[in-house]
Amino acid sequence: MTAFTINGRAVKVAAEPDTPLLWVIRDQLKLTGTKFGCGIALCGACTVHLDGEPVRSCQTQLQDVTGRQVTTIEGLSPDSSHPLQKAWIGEQAPQCGYCQSGQIMQAAALLASNPHPSREQIVEHMDGNLCRCGTYDRIIRAIERAAQEN
Amino acid sequence: MPVHVQPRATPLSRRSFLVTLGATGIAVAFGDLLPPAHASDITGAAVGDFAPNAWVTIAADGTVSLICPAVEMGQGVQTALPLLIAEDMDADWEKVRVVQAPSDAGKYGNPGFYGIQLTGGSESTRGYYQLLRLAGAQTRKVLLAAAATRLEVPVRELATEPGRVVHARSGRSLGYGEIAATGMLPDPLPQATEADLKPADQWRYIGRRDVDRIDVPSKVNGTAQFGIDVDLPGMLYGAVLRAPVPGERPAHIDDAAARTVTGITRIVPLPYGVGVIGESTDAARRAKEALVVTWSTTSRVRRYDSAILAETYRDVGRDLAQPGVPARAVGDAPGSIAGAARVIVADYVTDHVHHATMEPMNATALVSGDLVEIWAPTQGPTATQGFAAAAAGTSPDKVKVHTTLIGGGFGRRAEDDFITDAVLLAREVEGRPVKVTWSREDDVRHGKYRPLAAQHVEVGLDEAGNIVGWRHRVVADSIFARTLPEMFKSDGGLDTVVTDGTLFNYRVPAHLVEYIRQDNARDIGFWRAVGYGQNNFGVECTLDEVAAARGVDPVSLRLELLSGQPRAQKVIEAVARMAEWERPREGRALGLAYTDAFEAHCAQVVEVSLDRESGEIRVHDVWCVVDPGIAVQPRNIEAQIVGAILFGASHALYEQINIVAGEVQETNFDTYRILRMSEMPRIHVQVTPTPENKPAGIGEIGLPPVGPAIANAVARLTGGVRLRHYPFLPERVKAALAG
Repeated sequence: MTAFTINGRAVKVAAEPDTPLLWVIRDQLKLTGTKFGCGIALCGACTVHLDGEPVRSCQTQLQDVTGRQVTTIEGLSPDSSHPLQKAWIGEQAPQCGYCQSGQIMQAAALLASNPHPSREQIVEHMDGNLCRCGTYDRIIRAIERAAQEN
Repeated sequence: MPVHVQPRATPLSRRSFLVTLGATGIAVAFGDLLPPAHASDITGAAVGDFAPNAWVTIAADGTVSLICPAVEMGQGVQTALPLLIAEDMDADWEKVRVVQAPSDAGKYGNPGFYGIQLTGGSESTRGYYQLLRLAGAQTRKVLLAAAATRLEVPVRELATEPGRVVHARSGRSLGYGEIAATGMLPDPLPQATEADLKPADQWRYIGRRDVDRIDVPSKVNGTAQFGIDVDLPGMLYGAVLRAPVPGERPAHIDDAAARTVTGITRIVPLPYGVGVIGESTDAARRAKEALVVTWSTTSRVRRYDSAILAETYRDVGRDLAQPGVPARAVGDAPGSIAGAARVIVADYVTDHVHHATMEPMNATALVSGDLVEIWAPTQGPTATQGFAAAAAGTSPDKVKVHTTLIGGGFGRRAEDDFITDAVLLAREVEGRPVKVTWSREDDVRHGKYRPLAAQHVEVGLDEAGNIVGWRHRVVADSIFARTLPEMFKSDGGLDTVVTDGTLFNYRVPAHLVEYIRQDNARDIGFWRAVGYGQNNFGVECTLDEVAAARGVDPVSLRLELLSGQPRAQKVIEAVARMAEWERPREGRALGLAYTDAFEAHCAQVVEVSLDRESGEIRVHDVWCVVDPGIAVQPRNIEAQIVGAILFGASHALYEQINIVAGEVQETNFDTYRILRMSEMPRIHVQVTPTPENKPAGIGEIGLPPVGPAIANAVARLTGGVRLRHYPFLPERVKAALAG
């Protein structure tokens, strides 16, 4: 059993120690907001926070999170009230929406460490998160909007 | 929660009613109400009692449930389509719940798209537009008639406000919920015709920028349910190891190692691979990776080598002795070209490209006897009934399909392969649902790519440089021969979707378009903008060559060839103004392209620079003007255009599937490169609606012009160096520069 905290809740999970955290989160803990995109940390769809830092959960093993704090999109705020979530709605950023949990989690880590990033800093920080629908521009605007309201 | 209302009197029959669609006289029969029960468990929408037609159900609490007949894959239909009903019924948008339609082409098929229930071809809004507005207008008439009875006043004295019927003379009014609570439908049910539709100046919702998309809130907090998120009691998880070359079968399966993986339930030989079923996605993945399979070696696809075929197709295009099936034959183009003072000849090649939806292919199936249930992100719910029935050995009416949100479709999710996987595995464990999830590698290597295609274009000019004949030969395999074989046959072997975009609206005195099919056994499919995405490249680049040969400006040439078509001319003039077309740029150049695809008009100008050393093109800005006719959701149109421009830039610059001896070489996002945020140009979109025209398709229109505009810009930057092969990889650019 591996014990860790997810979205403030203590959990114990039985799975192979090298199981990707992504599939523990999705299949066992039933938190499906975190998405599978590529499996090799190239797209960012599975981004979660590990002790506040953004990580790709597809390349994070269960054994690496023992005793640590994991936050998923479901735990970012209890009621979609995180400034980024509000800004995302304000800018109508998502299209298909599949990559957006990962985008928001990646952006949340940026604002936590840099509340007023420049456009260049935003692009640099977000460049590992792919969006096939092409919502990048609205994502940048949403991050800028949330930063202004910070 | 559904509000169940006891009718006070015997409810009158829910009769079918007919509406007549405009001057075309297409009659659409609305069947009896079908309770949208399958769909409601996905959306959680309320289902009440008062259902004037198959599209609308009003609950006693005033909640209005509206059916969305098309599938939401990011293009905004779950908002745009119900909004059309809401408009003419004067619904209160705050009280609208959207219910995804069950698979039922008879009720929910698209009247503008062969009556089928398939989301694609940029057909949803334009195909359903009139029908849904009429359904709304009919609902309003039903509500007015019911209110008239209740208030004991003539219908003509009643009006509607959002969610209410109002009797101004007496100051009384009834909420739609109050009317619904009676459970009484007028008999006969009032009918609606075009005369009942609201005039544009009374629209409350169509064309508004402040109507948000209904799916967005669920997409910022993780609650949006995509196919991959389906979770059912007792569900098992599947994966499929597919033959590396399509058409091969497993010859020998060594599953000894796979069987030792913890949580593995079953190993299933399939006609095209080997399936595994386990207790988790990860167990299925591990077992799949542990399989050792020897494959048959008889498939024709083993001879498929995309780089060699590209050369072959180009040669076929050039060889005018090889006949094609005519897509258009106006005048005597070959004769005019033969007698021309000058002939421009060019060949264009477009490599295979992959959809790369962010949500990999997946589906969930439950087989119980001859009954099948499917939960899937599919663009074609009714086609899925057929796919599942074929795989299960049952009939389509025994298949129930739950359509989920789609994490990117672009044509890929009209296919059957991911549905078949789920059904074939679920058959092995009857009574338990199985969710099959493809890995990204499966998704990239087993795509239904846009065809590899060559275009041969010849244009004859007279002494003055006027076009006297245009000949366009498209050489590619067929999508319709596989997906719609009867239509392909009845069209005499013409693939009308592969040749899309060749039948342009430019005025030329003689025009011949030929399609020369190449059957090389490798499945190809519908990719965003389909034929337009490749053929607009040939058309728009050739036009710039004509302009250069004549010494006229590309803008002027197009305006001249589009005389008498003010919508087309206006978008070109507007985009030229926006981009300051006449202003020279230091070290950079502008390029123009235009398309009339999907009944829209779209013109783009791009600004590029070029690193001659590396061969890398940088796209700095894209200006785009679109005339979508009626703009139902203008803010969403802008988003769709921006997205399609990025898709177009990505495919023109980077995207390429290479097939060697039948095997796809790319595997994941490291080898199949799609555009990232840092590679995004600045994009400036202007949507200029023309409300007197019906809505055009907007999900794909932004894509086709990007590539030719880039190529045209590079030619202007380099004194005429033409890029004729998608994608414009640096080595190809360097080769073109070297001549």
